[in-house]
Amino acid sequence: MKRFIGFIRKEFYHIFRDKRSLFILFGMPIAQIMLFGFAITNEINNVDIAIFNKSKDATTEEIINKITASKYYTNKQLIQNEKEIETVFKRGKVKAVLVFENDFSKNLIKENKATIQIITDATDPNTANTIANYTNSILRTYQQIVNKDIEIAYQIIPETRMVYNPELKSVFMFVPGVMTIILMLVSAMMTSISITREKELGTMEILLVSPIKPFQVIIGKVFPYIFLSIINAIVIVLLSIFIFKMPINGSFILLGLESVLFTITSLSLGILISTISETQQTAMMISLMGLMLPTILLSGFIFPISSMPIPLQVISNIIPAKWFIIILKGIMLKGVDISFIWKETVILIGMTLFFMGLSIKKYKIRLE
Amino acid sequence: MLPIIFVLPLLQLVILSNAATFEVKNIKFSYLDNDRTSFSRALIDKFEASEYFNVLAHFNSEKEASAAMLKGNIDVILEIPQYFERDLLKEKKTNLSVTINAIDGAAAGVENVYINQIVQSFNKNATSELAMINGVTAIPKTIDSIPSFWYNETLNYKTYMVPGILVLLVTMITLFLSGMNIVREKEIGTLEQINVTPIKKYQFIIGKLFPFWIIGFGLLTIGLILGKVIFDVPMVGSILLIYFYTGIFLLVILGMGFFISNFTETQQQAMFIAWFFVVIFILMSGLFTPIESMPMWAQQLTELNPIKYFVEVMRMVMLKGSSLSDILPQLLKTLAYAIVMNGLAVWSYRKTS
Amino acid sequence: MKKENVIEATNLTKTFGEFTAVNKITFEVKKGEIFGFLGANGAGKTTAMKMLIGISIPSEGQATVAGYDVSTRPEDIKKSIGYMSQKFALYDDLTVKENITFFGGIYGLKRSQIRIKSEELINNLGLQEVSNDLVGSLPLGWKQKISFSVALLHDPKIIFLDEPTGGVDPITRRQFWEMIYETAHKGTTVFVTTHYMDEAEYCDRVSIMVNGKIEALDTPKKLKEQFKVDSMNDVFLKLARE
Repeated sequence: MKRFIGFIRKEFYHIFRDKRSLFILFGMPIAQIMLFGFAITNEINNVDIAIFNKSKDATTEEIINKITASKYYTNKQLIQNEKEIETVFKRGKVKAVLVFENDFSKNLIKENKATIQIITDATDPNTANTIANYTNSILRTYQQIVNKDIEIAYQIIPETRMVYNPELKSVFMFVPGVMTIILMLVSAMMTSISITREKELGTMEILLVSPIKPFQVIIGKVFPYIFLSIINAIVIVLLSIFIFKMPINGSFILLGLESVLFTITSLSLGILISTISETQQTAMMISLMGLMLPTILLSGFIFPISSMPIPLQVISNIIPAKWFIIILKGIMLKGVDISFIWKETVILIGMTLFFMGLSIKKYKIRLE
Repeated sequence: MLPIIFVLPLLQLVILSNAATFEVKNIKFSYLDNDRTSFSRALIDKFEASEYFNVLAHFNSEKEASAAMLKGNIDVILEIPQYFERDLLKEKKTNLSVTINAIDGAAAGVENVYINQIVQSFNKNATSELAMINGVTAIPKTIDSIPSFWYNETLNYKTYMVPGILVLLVTMITLFLSGMNIVREKEIGTLEQINVTPIKKYQFIIGKLFPFWIIGFGLLTIGLILGKVIFDVPMVGSILLIYFYTGIFLLVILGMGFFISNFTETQQQAMFIAWFFVVIFILMSGLFTPIESMPMWAQQLTELNPIKYFVEVMRMVMLKGSSLSDILPQLLKTLAYAIVMNGLAVWSYRKTS
Repeated sequence: MKKENVIEATNLTKTFGEFTAVNKITFEVKKGEIFGFLGANGAGKTTAMKMLIGISIPSEGQATVAGYDVSTRPEDIKKSIGYMSQKFALYDDLTVKENITFFGGIYGLKRSQIRIKSEELINNLGLQEVSNDLVGSLPLGWKQKISFSVALLHDPKIIFLDEPTGGVDPITRRQFWEMIYETAHKGTTVFVTTHYMDEAEYCDRVSIMVNGKIEALDTPKKLKEQFKVDSMNDVFLKLARE
């Protein structure tokens, strides 16, 4: 045991002497949470649009005012001919052009029908589609006002309740993701690097020749990172509670335990990476390219899994982060207890055991 | 190492381009029909017919429904009240309660729009049916909107993501490799050996960075080919323009990698710092989330982000066929960035050795 | 007086797939001896040594080190030996004292022992001034001497040195060998691999490995007589050319 404590003390020396890494280690979660909280959103608003108004009458002005008053759009410019549409799109700023037909007002009064063309720059299909949808709903509202004298047959009014995130803050959606990524980064990448570092420097050999057991070496190396991960998790949770007013509806104890579990899952992945890589460079590349990107993109952190093609939905099941994000969203936003997330928890435990088993096997092969 | 540099990123390009989509479809839909009349059935049929909704379950009690929502099995609950049909016929007005899981706020907003569209078209159909029966009294005024989606009529998300993810991979690989490479020599001690040889500093720097410049082009080329072959991403603009811009952009990244390696002592540090900046640059680049939606101060900050320009240029040239004059602002800013970054790198290299 | 054997190897073999890295080597090393283990790069000396220090399992044959079988009791061997590798494996980001404390700790020394030992070590090497400096800031020769002393911290019966003098200047090498003599004089067996043939002259006995086999084994003097040459360097060249 005493050997073990000495070992852990040495690991902490390594970590605390490396001021730059330490700064990144603690600066990263704060910077990311701040960015996601204050700057980044997957909503679409403030889109620059251009107007090509061929009729210029009271009705079109009214509609334009209605549209530009919404938070979705910023009226950028008026354009005078068809050709200009192409030009503004190619410059890249304007995402949509609204074209009002000739005699818009007259047509609406005489023929009860008028046409607006919504031309969108669909290189970004999501923005294009959303703009089209939002514009439509603004037009429909306007229509209802115009038609208010006409008796309608009947009307169904949906009352929508947005649960778990009534103000639709995107930070609520991103906090669980950021926390997952940070825990993964600290645990998997840092451990794999710090183990391969000893291999590269030759100290691993010295440790293997000493009476300290290989599993003690490994546990001694990963232990400090559990500690750092937990501190990071606490910082993230505190920031989201106090700065972004995010509720933690579930139990803090459960949240803590699940975070420790996921940390151990990531650590075991880190150990596995270190058994298959000889240099720090390889370990880093594998952790970053092989681990981080799939974790960010396939876990449901930013992109909804249910919209992905079926094969990717299947693949997403082997990403530990996916399950942890479900757990975090459950505890933090939905306030569920373990009975709702036991399945995800069991999956994470299973994955951890699998990674550990595989590392032990790999390790033994190396020794023979 | 070579498979990691080439195979892994390109594999990711292929896989992740499929994953990165904000489209909202396959919405996990469920309903609670307290009325069980032909009207309520007709409304539900509308949802079943929609391509956006997957009607997964119907519940008999609110409790069941909210438990399923908590478990994450469903995202939308439509609750049709009792006397739905009776109220509609008698009072011409009724409510409908919709519950949406809003953790993903943006998706929830879109889901809400889809639900409203379906309900409104249900209203509209009923209105016109009634008008037919009663004889025409007053025709409501309608404004037809005709959406047209330029450059990407089918709203294929992959053509948007492939150029973006390619940018991400090219940037990450070249930055990490260049950042780590010189530190590696420092760590192993070979840098000292090189410093005592008669090689000039600029020769050393160019010799060190040139291979990564080539690797960057290699990645870009293979990525473009894969994009064309697998995803059929159009190349509307000039491919030469893309290469020309990339050449300048890579100088920014290599300069940055070199700068980082001057200020770090171990590969781990270099990697960490590179990673820190890459993550921030990527998040602020408009690659995944729209820049226009950011607050003003954040939008101004993105002006300092080279990756933003690369993402913009790739998408503009490849998908819209923007010309040199269209991308001139981005090009000039990138060039200025390259000069400043490499100047700093050379200056700091002199200082440290 | 016949001294006891502390290392005995019989037909020790290591194969990696088709490739035989170490081919049936047999030798013994006596207590207090300085045993030189020579060979060109790739001759198999590091592989053979790894089997003796218990981090690689022999494919065939047996060996005992300090009385323990390498296949069955590697953990006991590890407690009885010291090891210093060709990379001077101290932690650069730890101070001299912290390195000593750490390595003392993993060899299970008590805290009081560590304190006495580290003071002794620092005084012997004249490191009082730099004992709280990071090892990374010290010159290579110092690191190497500290590394050697650290490997001896737990008073091992045998110390294994894997090319300990690579890349240092002749004066430091000389000083280093003086430390080795001193250690052997105190009764510690020294097992050293090297490819500096002048160093081979300092050994009590040397073995020369060529392509996985031991081709010669005796005192330097007898080997020179046997091959009718003047220096170990010539012995080696003669063997390697055959």
